[in-house]
Amino acid sequence: MNRFMQELTKGLWKELPPFRLLLGLCPVLAVTKSASSGIGMGMAVLFVLTLSNMLISMVRNIIPSKVRIACFITISATLVVAVELLMQAYAYPLYLQLGIFVPLIVVNCIILGRAEAFAAKNPVHLAIADGLGMGLGFTMSLTFLGSIREILGAGTWFGHPVMWDGFQPFTIMVEAPGAFLCLGLTLAAMNYGTHRQIMKKSREGSEELPASPCGGCRACAMGRNKD
Amino acid sequence: MSVFEVFISAIFVNNIVLSQNLGNCPYLGCSKEKGVALGMGTSVIFVTVMATLCTWVVQKYLLVPTHLEYLQTLVFILIIASLVQFVEMFLKKAIPPLYASLGIFLPLITTNCCVLGVTLLVQREQYDLLSSLLYAFATGAGFLLALLLMAGVRERLETCRVPRALAGTPIALIMAGIMSLSFMAFKGMV
Repeated sequence: MNRFMQELTKGLWKELPPFRLLLGLCPVLAVTKSASSGIGMGMAVLFVLTLSNMLISMVRNIIPSKVRIACFITISATLVVAVELLMQAYAYPLYLQLGIFVPLIVVNCIILGRAEAFAAKNPVHLAIADGLGMGLGFTMSLTFLGSIREILGAGTWFGHPVMWDGFQPFTIMVEAPGAFLCLGLTLAAMNYGTHRQIMKKSREGSEELPASPCGGCRACAMGRNKD
Repeated sequence: MSVFEVFISAIFVNNIVLSQNLGNCPYLGCSKEKGVALGMGTSVIFVTVMATLCTWVVQKYLLVPTHLEYLQTLVFILIIASLVQFVEMFLKKAIPPLYASLGIFLPLITTNCCVLGVTLLVQREQYDLLSSLLYAFATGAGFLLALLLMAGVRERLETCRVPRALAGTPIALIMAGIMSLSFMAFKGMV
Protein backbone atom coordinates (compact mmCIF):
# COMPACT_ATOMS: atom_id res chain seq x y z
CA MET A 1 0.00 0.00 0.00
CA ASN A 2 2.91 2.25 0.83
CA ARG A 3 4.41 1.63 -2.59
CA PHE A 4 1.02 2.38 -4.17
CA MET A 5 0.87 5.82 -2.57
CA GLN A 6 4.46 6.48 -3.54
CA GLU A 7 3.80 5.77 -7.22
CA LEU A 8 0.62 7.81 -7.05
CA THR A 9 2.17 10.93 -5.55
CA LYS A 10 5.38 11.04 -7.58
CA GLY A 11 3.43 12.26 -10.62
CA LEU A 12 2.03 15.17 -8.63
CA TRP A 13 5.30 16.97 -7.96
CA LYS A 14 8.56 15.06 -8.19
CA GLU A 15 8.02 13.84 -11.75
CA LEU A 16 5.27 16.25 -12.78
CA PRO A 17 4.76 15.22 -16.43
CA PRO A 18 4.99 18.26 -18.68
CA PHE A 19 7.34 20.31 -16.48
CA ARG A 20 9.80 17.79 -15.09
CA LEU A 21 9.70 15.13 -17.78
CA LEU A 22 8.96 17.42 -20.75
CA LEU A 23 6.78 14.81 -22.40
CA GLY A 24 3.64 15.42 -24.40
CA LEU A 25 4.25 19.08 -25.11
CA CYS A 26 1.91 19.55 -28.06
CA PRO A 27 -1.39 19.44 -26.16
CA VAL A 28 0.26 21.38 -23.33
CA LEU A 29 1.01 24.21 -25.72
CA ALA A 30 -1.97 24.01 -28.00
CA VAL A 31 -5.06 23.45 -25.87
CA THR A 32 -4.23 25.61 -22.85
CA LYS A 33 -5.96 28.63 -24.35
CA SER A 34 -8.43 28.53 -21.48
CA ALA A 35 -8.60 26.82 -18.10
CA SER A 36 -11.67 24.78 -19.04
CA SER A 37 -10.17 23.28 -22.20
CA GLY A 38 -7.02 22.54 -20.22
CA ILE A 39 -8.98 20.59 -17.64
CA GLY A 40 -10.97 18.77 -20.35
CA MET A 41 -7.83 17.69 -22.17
CA GLY A 42 -6.26 16.65 -18.88
CA MET A 43 -9.23 14.45 -17.99
CA ALA A 44 -9.14 12.75 -21.40
CA VAL A 45 -5.43 12.02 -20.98
CA LEU A 46 -6.01 10.81 -17.40
CA PHE A 47 -8.62 8.33 -18.64
CA VAL A 48 -6.49 6.99 -21.48
CA LEU A 49 -3.29 6.87 -19.44
CA THR A 50 -4.77 4.99 -16.49
CA LEU A 51 -6.55 2.41 -18.63
CA SER A 52 -3.64 1.92 -21.02
CA ASN A 53 -1.23 1.46 -18.10
CA MET A 54 -3.59 -1.10 -16.59
CA LEU A 55 -4.09 -3.07 -19.83
CA ILE A 56 -0.43 -3.00 -20.79
CA SER A 57 0.60 -4.16 -17.34
CA MET A 58 -1.90 -7.04 -17.60
CA VAL A 59 -0.54 -8.29 -20.92
CA ARG A 60 3.12 -7.44 -20.28
CA ASN A 61 4.18 -11.07 -19.93
CA ILE A 62 2.40 -12.24 -23.07
CA ILE A 63 3.71 -9.66 -25.55
CA PRO A 64 7.05 -10.51 -27.21
CA SER A 65 9.44 -7.62 -26.65
CA LYS A 66 10.11 -7.08 -30.34
CA VAL A 67 6.57 -6.05 -31.19
CA ARG A 68 5.76 -4.38 -27.90
CA ILE A 69 5.69 -0.79 -29.22
CA ALA A 70 3.16 -1.71 -31.91
CA CYS A 71 1.02 -3.42 -29.27
CA PHE A 72 1.20 -0.41 -26.95
CA ILE A 73 0.16 1.91 -29.77
CA THR A 74 -2.76 -0.33 -30.71
CA ILE A 75 -3.98 -0.42 -27.12
CA SER A 76 -3.75 3.33 -26.63
CA ALA A 77 -5.29 4.05 -30.05
CA THR A 78 -8.26 1.83 -29.18
CA LEU A 79 -8.75 3.72 -25.94
CA VAL A 80 -8.50 7.06 -27.73
CA VAL A 81 -11.20 5.99 -30.17
CA ALA A 82 -13.34 5.14 -27.13
CA VAL A 83 -12.69 8.58 -25.63
CA GLU A 84 -13.55 10.24 -28.95
CA LEU A 85 -16.90 8.44 -29.12
CA LEU A 86 -17.65 9.16 -25.44
CA MET A 87 -16.85 12.85 -25.88
CA GLN A 88 -19.01 13.08 -28.97
CA ALA A 89 -21.87 11.59 -26.97
CA TYR A 90 -21.55 13.43 -23.65
CA ALA A 91 -19.28 16.48 -24.10
CA TYR A 92 -19.75 17.64 -27.67
CA PRO A 93 -18.84 21.34 -27.14
CA LEU A 94 -15.57 20.28 -25.52
CA TYR A 95 -14.92 17.86 -28.37
CA LEU A 96 -15.30 20.69 -30.88
CA GLN A 97 -13.12 22.97 -28.79
CA LEU A 98 -10.26 20.47 -28.56
CA GLY A 99 -10.67 19.54 -32.23
CA ILE A 100 -7.82 17.58 -33.74
CA PHE A 101 -6.08 17.24 -30.39
CA VAL A 102 -8.42 14.50 -29.18
CA PRO A 103 -7.26 11.92 -31.76
CA LEU A 104 -3.73 13.24 -31.26
CA ILE A 105 -3.72 11.86 -27.70
CA VAL A 106 -2.52 8.64 -29.38
CA VAL A 107 0.79 10.22 -30.25
CA ASN A 108 1.19 12.01 -26.94
CA CYS A 109 4.61 10.83 -25.82
CA ILE A 110 3.47 10.57 -22.23
CA ILE A 111 1.19 7.60 -22.95
CA LEU A 112 3.86 5.59 -24.74
CA GLY A 113 6.54 6.86 -22.38
CA ARG A 114 4.79 5.60 -19.24
CA ALA A 115 3.86 2.33 -20.96
CA GLU A 116 7.47 1.67 -21.88
CA ALA A 117 9.11 3.03 -18.74
CA PHE A 118 6.69 1.81 -16.11
CA ALA A 119 3.66 -0.30 -17.05
CA ALA A 120 5.67 -2.86 -19.00
CA LYS A 121 7.80 -3.65 -15.94
CA ASN A 122 5.44 -3.41 -12.97
CA PRO A 123 2.38 -5.24 -11.58
CA VAL A 124 -1.13 -4.04 -12.32
CA HIS A 125 -1.92 -2.09 -9.15
CA LEU A 126 1.30 -0.07 -9.32
CA ALA A 127 0.74 0.65 -13.01
CA ILE A 128 -2.73 1.99 -12.21
CA ALA A 129 -1.28 4.18 -9.45
CA ASP A 130 1.35 5.50 -11.83
CA GLY A 131 -1.24 6.24 -14.51
CA LEU A 132 -3.54 7.99 -12.06
CA GLY A 133 -0.74 10.06 -10.54
CA MET A 134 0.74 11.09 -13.88
CA GLY A 135 -2.71 11.81 -15.30
CA LEU A 136 -3.63 13.97 -12.32
CA GLY A 137 -0.32 15.81 -12.51
CA PHE A 138 -0.89 16.39 -16.21
CA THR A 139 -4.42 17.71 -15.57
CA MET A 140 -3.11 20.01 -12.85
CA SER A 141 -0.36 21.41 -15.04
CA LEU A 142 -2.70 21.97 -17.98
CA THR A 143 -5.24 23.71 -15.77
CA PHE A 144 -2.50 25.86 -14.26
CA LEU A 145 -1.11 26.95 -17.64
CA GLY A 146 -4.63 27.39 -19.02
CA SER A 147 -5.55 29.60 -16.06
CA ILE A 148 -2.52 31.85 -16.48
CA ARG A 149 -3.07 32.22 -20.20
CA GLU A 150 -6.80 32.79 -19.86
CA ILE A 151 -6.46 35.34 -17.05
CA LEU A 152 -3.72 37.33 -18.80
CA GLY A 153 -4.98 36.84 -22.32
CA ALA A 154 -8.70 37.32 -21.89
CA GLY A 155 -9.14 38.61 -18.34
CA THR A 156 -11.40 35.69 -17.43
CA TRP A 157 -11.08 32.46 -15.46
CA PHE A 158 -13.30 29.54 -16.45
CA GLY A 159 -15.29 32.13 -18.40
CA HIS A 160 -15.86 34.52 -15.48
CA PRO A 161 -14.26 37.96 -15.57
CA VAL A 162 -11.69 38.24 -12.77
CA MET A 163 -9.58 41.26 -13.64
CA TRP A 164 -10.30 44.86 -12.71
CA ASP A 165 -12.29 47.22 -14.96
CA GLY A 166 -10.35 48.72 -17.80
CA PHE A 167 -7.90 45.78 -17.87
CA GLN A 168 -6.38 45.42 -21.32
CA PRO A 169 -6.00 41.70 -22.09
CA PHE A 170 -2.67 40.62 -23.64
CA THR A 171 -4.22 38.90 -26.64
CA ILE A 172 -0.86 37.38 -27.41
CA MET A 173 -1.14 35.05 -24.43
CA VAL A 174 -4.00 33.09 -25.99
CA GLU A 175 -2.19 32.85 -29.32
CA ALA A 176 0.59 30.41 -30.19
CA PRO A 177 3.53 32.58 -28.97
CA GLY A 178 1.93 32.95 -25.54
CA ALA A 179 2.02 29.18 -25.09
CA PHE A 180 5.78 29.01 -25.66
CA LEU A 181 6.52 32.04 -23.49
CA CYS A 182 4.27 30.88 -20.67
CA LEU A 183 5.73 27.35 -20.55
CA GLY A 184 9.28 28.65 -20.84
CA LEU A 185 8.86 31.10 -17.97
CA THR A 186 7.13 28.50 -15.78
CA LEU A 187 10.01 26.08 -16.36
CA ALA A 188 12.52 28.80 -15.56
CA ALA A 189 10.71 29.59 -12.31
CA MET A 190 10.73 25.92 -11.35
CA ASN A 191 14.43 25.61 -12.17
CA TYR A 192 15.15 28.67 -10.06
CA GLY A 193 13.22 27.23 -7.13
CA THR A 194 14.95 23.86 -7.34
CA HIS A 195 18.35 25.49 -7.64
CA ARG A 196 17.77 27.61 -4.55
CA GLN A 197 16.70 24.57 -2.59
CA ILE A 198 19.91 22.76 -3.52
CA MET A 199 21.99 25.79 -2.59
CA LYS A 200 20.24 26.05 0.76
CA LYS A 201 20.85 22.39 1.51
CA SER A 202 24.51 22.59 0.59
CA ARG A 203 24.95 25.66 2.79
CA GLU A 204 23.54 23.69 5.71
CA GLY A 205 26.14 21.08 4.89
CA SER A 206 23.64 18.24 4.69
CA GLU A 207 24.19 17.63 1.01
CA GLU A 208 26.80 18.55 -1.57
CA LEU A 209 25.91 20.12 -4.90
CA PRO A 210 25.36 17.44 -7.53
CA ALA A 211 28.87 16.46 -8.49
CA SER A 212 30.00 17.32 -11.99
CA PRO A 213 33.59 17.29 -13.15
CA CYS A 214 33.52 20.73 -14.76
CA GLY A 215 31.95 22.47 -11.79
CA GLY A 216 28.42 22.55 -13.15
CA CYS A 217 28.92 24.44 -16.40
CA ARG A 218 26.03 25.15 -18.69
CA ALA A 219 26.66 22.20 -21.00
CA CYS A 220 26.00 19.78 -18.16
CA ALA A 221 22.86 21.63 -17.19
CA MET A 222 21.61 21.35 -20.74
CA GLY A 223 22.39 17.67 -20.80
CA ARG A 224 20.49 17.20 -17.57
CA ASN A 225 17.49 19.13 -18.79
CA LYS A 226 17.28 17.02 -21.90
CA ASP A 227 16.83 13.77 -19.98
CA MET B 1 -7.28 27.75 -53.52
CA SER B 2 -4.38 27.85 -55.89
CA VAL B 3 -1.33 25.65 -55.53
CA PHE B 4 0.83 28.61 -54.60
CA GLU B 5 -1.53 29.70 -51.85
CA VAL B 6 -1.65 26.24 -50.26
CA PHE B 7 2.11 26.23 -50.29
CA ILE B 8 2.67 29.66 -48.75
CA SER B 9 -0.08 29.16 -46.23
CA ALA B 10 1.27 25.83 -44.98
CA ILE B 11 4.87 26.98 -44.72
CA PHE B 12 4.50 30.50 -43.34
CA VAL B 13 0.99 31.46 -42.31
CA ASN B 14 -0.08 28.23 -40.64
CA ASN B 15 3.36 26.90 -39.84
CA ILE B 16 2.83 23.54 -38.20
CA VAL B 17 5.12 24.17 -35.25
CA LEU B 18 4.99 27.89 -34.73
CA SER B 19 1.32 28.58 -35.24
CA GLN B 20 -0.45 25.25 -34.82
CA ASN B 21 1.71 23.91 -31.97
CA LEU B 22 2.18 20.46 -33.46
CA GLY B 23 5.39 18.44 -33.47
CA ASN B 24 6.99 20.20 -30.52
CA CYS B 25 8.96 17.29 -29.10
CA PRO B 26 11.32 16.91 -32.09
CA TYR B 27 11.30 20.70 -32.51
CA LEU B 28 12.91 21.07 -29.09
CA GLY B 29 14.77 17.75 -29.01
CA CYS B 30 16.35 17.70 -32.48
CA SER B 31 17.31 21.33 -32.89
CA LYS B 32 20.75 21.38 -31.28
CA GLU B 33 22.74 21.01 -34.52
CA LYS B 34 21.91 22.01 -38.07
CA GLY B 35 22.89 18.61 -39.50
CA VAL B 36 20.59 16.70 -37.22
CA ALA B 37 17.81 19.22 -37.83
CA LEU B 38 18.18 18.81 -41.57
CA GLY B 39 18.04 15.00 -41.34
CA MET B 40 15.05 15.03 -39.03
CA GLY B 41 13.22 17.57 -41.16
CA THR B 42 13.74 15.74 -44.41
CA SER B 43 12.68 12.41 -42.95
CA VAL B 44 9.55 14.08 -41.58
CA ILE B 45 8.78 15.50 -45.05
CA PHE B 46 9.20 12.06 -46.58
CA VAL B 47 7.14 10.25 -43.95
CA THR B 48 4.38 12.88 -43.98
CA VAL B 49 3.93 12.72 -47.74
CA MET B 50 3.98 8.91 -47.82
CA ALA B 51 1.61 8.70 -44.85
CA THR B 52 -0.81 11.18 -46.39
CA LEU B 53 -0.85 9.19 -49.62
CA CYS B 54 -1.52 5.87 -47.84
CA THR B 55 -4.10 7.18 -45.38
CA TRP B 56 -5.96 9.16 -48.05
CA VAL B 57 -6.34 6.05 -50.20
CA VAL B 58 -7.33 3.89 -47.23
CA GLN B 59 -9.88 6.42 -46.01
CA LYS B 60 -11.45 6.83 -49.44
CA TYR B 61 -11.54 3.21 -50.58
CA LEU B 62 -11.70 1.23 -47.34
CA LEU B 63 -13.09 3.15 -44.38
CA VAL B 64 -15.80 5.21 -46.08
CA PRO B 65 -17.38 2.38 -48.15
CA THR B 66 -17.49 0.08 -45.09
CA HIS B 67 -18.74 2.87 -42.74
CA LEU B 68 -15.82 2.46 -40.37
CA GLU B 69 -14.85 6.13 -40.20
CA TYR B 70 -14.72 6.00 -36.42
CA LEU B 71 -11.68 3.71 -36.66
CA GLN B 72 -9.78 6.49 -38.49
CA THR B 73 -7.39 7.24 -35.63
CA LEU B 74 -6.51 3.61 -35.02
CA VAL B 75 -5.96 2.74 -38.68
CA PHE B 76 -3.96 5.90 -39.43
CA ILE B 77 -1.54 5.44 -36.57
CA LEU B 78 -0.89 1.82 -37.53
CA ILE B 79 -0.17 2.84 -41.13
CA ILE B 80 2.23 5.53 -39.92
CA ALA B 81 3.98 3.15 -37.52
CA SER B 82 4.68 0.62 -40.26
CA LEU B 83 5.83 3.34 -42.65
CA VAL B 84 8.31 4.66 -40.11
CA GLN B 85 9.64 1.16 -39.59
CA PHE B 86 10.20 0.97 -43.34
CA VAL B 87 12.03 4.30 -43.49
CA GLU B 88 14.20 3.22 -40.58
CA MET B 89 15.23 0.00 -42.32
CA PHE B 90 15.89 1.92 -45.53
CA LEU B 91 18.12 4.49 -43.81
CA LYS B 92 20.00 1.83 -41.86
CA LYS B 93 20.86 0.10 -45.11
CA ALA B 94 21.39 3.08 -47.40
CA ILE B 95 22.73 5.99 -45.30
CA PRO B 96 24.27 4.63 -42.06
CA PRO B 97 25.83 7.95 -40.88
CA LEU B 98 22.46 9.69 -40.99
CA TYR B 99 20.90 6.72 -39.22
CA ALA B 100 23.53 6.98 -36.50
CA SER B 101 22.99 10.69 -35.97
CA LEU B 102 19.20 10.52 -35.88
CA GLY B 103 19.38 7.55 -33.54
CA ILE B 104 16.54 7.60 -31.09
CA PHE B 105 14.51 10.23 -32.91
CA LEU B 106 13.63 8.13 -35.93
CA PRO B 107 11.28 5.75 -34.10
CA LEU B 108 9.89 8.87 -32.47
CA ILE B 109 8.56 10.09 -35.83
CA THR B 110 5.76 7.62 -35.16
CA THR B 111 4.78 9.67 -32.14
CA ASN B 112 5.42 12.97 -33.93
CA CYS B 113 2.03 14.62 -33.89
CA CYS B 114 3.00 16.49 -37.01
CA VAL B 115 2.56 13.37 -39.16
CA LEU B 116 -0.71 12.10 -37.70
CA GLY B 117 -1.91 15.69 -37.43
CA VAL B 118 -1.44 16.32 -41.14
CA THR B 119 -3.22 13.12 -42.17
CA LEU B 120 -6.18 14.01 -39.94
CA LEU B 121 -6.27 17.68 -40.99
CA VAL B 122 -6.33 16.66 -44.63
CA GLN B 123 -9.40 14.53 -43.97
CA ARG B 124 -11.12 17.29 -42.01
CA GLU B 125 -10.47 19.84 -44.74
CA GLN B 126 -11.57 17.28 -47.37
CA TYR B 127 -8.76 18.04 -49.80
CA ASP B 128 -8.49 15.96 -52.98
CA LEU B 129 -5.46 13.71 -53.39
CA LEU B 130 -3.23 16.18 -55.21
CA SER B 131 -3.77 19.09 -52.84
CA SER B 132 -3.42 16.69 -49.90
CA LEU B 133 0.01 15.62 -51.06
CA LEU B 134 0.98 19.20 -51.73
CA TYR B 135 -0.26 20.29 -48.33
CA ALA B 136 1.67 17.45 -46.69
CA PHE B 137 4.87 18.40 -48.48
CA ALA B 138 4.49 22.07 -47.66
CA THR B 139 3.76 21.34 -44.01
CA GLY B 140 6.84 19.14 -43.80
CA ALA B 141 8.85 21.93 -45.40
CA GLY B 142 7.49 24.36 -42.82
CA PHE B 143 8.57 21.97 -40.08
CA LEU B 144 12.05 21.76 -41.61
CA LEU B 145 12.24 25.55 -41.81
CA ALA B 146 11.26 25.99 -38.16
CA LEU B 147 13.74 23.31 -37.10
CA LEU B 148 16.61 24.85 -39.08
CA LEU B 149 15.92 28.35 -37.77
CA MET B 150 15.86 27.03 -34.23
CA ALA B 151 19.06 25.04 -34.73
CA GLY B 152 20.80 28.13 -36.06
CA VAL B 153 19.83 30.17 -33.02
CA ARG B 154 20.69 27.43 -30.58
CA GLU B 155 24.15 26.89 -32.05
CA ARG B 156 24.88 30.57 -31.40
CA LEU B 157 23.40 30.28 -27.95
CA GLU B 158 25.95 27.65 -26.93
CA THR B 159 28.55 30.39 -26.56
CA CYS B 160 26.33 32.92 -24.80
CA ARG B 161 25.89 33.54 -21.12
CA VAL B 162 22.39 32.54 -20.10
CA PRO B 163 20.99 32.98 -16.58
CA ARG B 164 21.23 29.67 -14.80
CA ALA B 165 17.52 29.15 -14.32
CA LEU B 166 16.86 29.77 -18.00
CA ALA B 167 19.60 27.50 -19.37
CA GLY B 168 18.52 24.66 -21.62
CA THR B 169 14.85 24.16 -22.35
CA PRO B 170 13.34 27.37 -20.87
CA ILE B 171 15.40 29.68 -23.08
CA ALA B 172 14.66 27.47 -26.09
CA LEU B 173 10.94 27.77 -25.39
CA ILE B 174 11.13 31.53 -25.00
CA MET B 175 13.01 31.80 -28.28
CA ALA B 176 10.36 29.63 -29.90
CA GLY B 177 7.81 32.08 -28.57
CA ILE B 178 9.61 35.03 -30.13
CA MET B 179 9.99 33.14 -33.41
CA SER B 180 6.32 32.29 -33.36
CA LEU B 181 5.56 35.95 -32.72
CA SER B 182 7.47 36.94 -35.83
CA PHE B 183 5.65 34.29 -37.87
CA MET B 184 2.37 35.88 -36.78
CA ALA B 185 3.32 38.74 -39.06
CA PHE B 186 2.54 36.47 -42.02
CA LYS B 187 -1.12 36.33 -40.96
CA GLY B 188 -3.38 37.95 -43.49
CA MET B 189 -0.97 37.24 -46.32
CA VAL B 190 -3.27 34.55 -47.73
